[in-house]
Amino acid sequence: MSIYLNKDSKVIVQGITGGMGAKHTALMLDSGAQIVGGVNARKAGTTVTHKDHEGNDVELPVFGTVAEAMEKTGADVSVAFVPPAFTKDACIEAIDAEIPLLVVITEGVPVQDTAEVWAYLQGKKTRMIGPNCPGIITPGESLAGITPHTITGKGPVGLVSKSGTLTYQMMYELRDFGFSTAIGIGGDPIVGTTHIDALQAFQDDPETEVIVMIGEIGGDAEERAAAYIKENITKPVVGYVAGFTAPEGKTMGHAGAIVSGSAGTAQAKKDALEAVGVKVGKTPSETAALARELLQSR
Amino acid sequence: MEYQAKQLFAKHGVATTLGVVVETAEAAKAAAEEMGGVTVIKAQVKAGGRGKAGGVKLAKTADEAYLHASNILGMEIKGLTVNRVLVTPATPPEEEYYFSFLLDRSNRQYLCIASVEGGVEIEEVAKTNPDAVKQIGIDPGKGVDETKAREIATEAKFPEPVFEQAVELIQALYKTFVEEDATLVEVNPLARLAGDKLEALDGKVSLDDNASEVRHPDHEEFEIREETDPLEAKAKDLGLNYVKLDGQVGIIGNGAGLVMSTLDVVAYAGAAHGGVKPANFLDIGGGANAQVMANGLDVILNDDQVKAVFVNVFGGITACDEVAKGIVGALDILGDEATKPLVVRLDGNNVDLGRQILNERNHPLVTVVETMDGGADKAAELANA
Repeated sequence: MSIYLNKDSKVIVQGITGGMGAKHTALMLDSGAQIVGGVNARKAGTTVTHKDHEGNDVELPVFGTVAEAMEKTGADVSVAFVPPAFTKDACIEAIDAEIPLLVVITEGVPVQDTAEVWAYLQGKKTRMIGPNCPGIITPGESLAGITPHTITGKGPVGLVSKSGTLTYQMMYELRDFGFSTAIGIGGDPIVGTTHIDALQAFQDDPETEVIVMIGEIGGDAEERAAAYIKENITKPVVGYVAGFTAPEGKTMGHAGAIVSGSAGTAQAKKDALEAVGVKVGKTPSETAALARELLQSR
Repeated sequence: MEYQAKQLFAKHGVATTLGVVVETAEAAKAAAEEMGGVTVIKAQVKAGGRGKAGGVKLAKTADEAYLHASNILGMEIKGLTVNRVLVTPATPPEEEYYFSFLLDRSNRQYLCIASVEGGVEIEEVAKTNPDAVKQIGIDPGKGVDETKAREIATEAKFPEPVFEQAVELIQALYKTFVEEDATLVEVNPLARLAGDKLEALDGKVSLDDNASEVRHPDHEEFEIREETDPLEAKAKDLGLNYVKLDGQVGIIGNGAGLVMSTLDVVAYAGAAHGGVKPANFLDIGGGANAQVMANGLDVILNDDQVKAVFVNVFGGITACDEVAKGIVGALDILGDEATKPLVVRLDGNNVDLGRQILNERNHPLVTVVETMDGGADKAAELANA
């Protein structure tokens, strides 16, 4: 088992012909993911050729719309690598096509566009991950995103993180155990899938035994997750929060990673998590050590 | 800044008085003479608490305007030098209200905050009389039309004589919020002037950088570069995501999360090495090439405070060989001018190639390390040497 993504997932790529789309289509194929086609309205009817993980050529059809791609291929996951100016339209198209899972990798999407997409999504059948995220990997089964698939394999750890590179770092730290699924939810102020969504999914996933949750300064997602853990999560959770030494009032890259006033600081988030019994590490390696203890005492 | 916010308000039909922005006391005097009567001289910096800092003064005459402007220009407010003042006619409000639209990230929608009890003291009102501060959620898919604006004005209890003006102003302000892609538009105070005229006396607009990049080329003019740190300005010119901090260990990494985490790990390691601290935040972003890496090093090595540099990259999109090429290239260009030690940790995409490039070059200033903790410790040690 895993969450949201597994070996049967059929993945299409929105923006498959672009630079990023092409490069990561190749990497996703290399991971063993079932990539079944792509979407680009201007190149509908053409194909793109890549190697699969055994080195054989695969010819992938390019469709004009997500709906057509789903109908012809049975796709149930779309990964969007489209420029920020067109991301909103790409998302709405995917939502209208009722794709079950939409993973938006694009960085730099205007936040009001994301707000509109989120409002549009309400009551619809699509789960959105991102934007501005590395996507989701179920090691050994599938990859919908840009996470390096070579870091580690399948295992009992479920990982949810705002940050992409910290996702990789944590997978590397715990590479001797492996992961059920690792999901990067993205660092933007508004994202489609939250820590809470992923925590509940890992709680429900029999394969996940320990959950690692990575947050960073800004917003109150970690505090809300802490409250949720208290009421709903019985599996052990280990936490890490980046940004203890970030000065107040300075934006640190992610639109979300800004500290203003006392709320949203790394310390406040750590305190909130520890108050509900989550063990929180001060560094990635210390966090991994805490998870390791739990994994070894199973 | 206030005058910029007012320009945006005026553009979208929010009632306000623009006034005149000047950079000298002479010009302030001339502006006050032109306006006649009592004027207000207001420091223009991106900081709150300007009044408390002495940056807002009433001038009864043009000579007083000159005097106040000469005192305010050049003063520092929260670390920012005042280079401009805004001169406006003094319009003493009969009542002060508060009104804003903002991004409500927790609820993934927009939020309207309104209060007819106290404008500038809104934080105080929120504490002592929270019921007087109305918070109304806005569905981004539906927005604010006249009906919604009426609902808001009713809930906020705008008094009858200004009610219709409030309905207009709420719509115009929402238009400002949406059309400028703001994350905050705030009118504080929203003033009821003599003759029951409603007007934005002061305000603040925060713009979404992503949106400015994608569809608002005109927003560039709002950026006032002279007030930023010279290294930050240089980094910005090079398209780097850099924040200057007060420490000795220069940091370069990829991804905001990993870089913030690296700052933390270096700060902890620094405790054992004379208390050295991270000197900056620098995220080369996803998919950076050798040139971006070299640019990053260029900025950091020009920081006189920096004694050692820690490069921490976990390649996802970013290829480690590009990072290594950037390091080697930058060091070769600098030649003998390069004197600061570099500690490099690479992992992920093309890591073997990256390490190979560094090992082959075998530069005396470069130490290649295996782990993030080890690298932080080594860099802190070298910065304290």
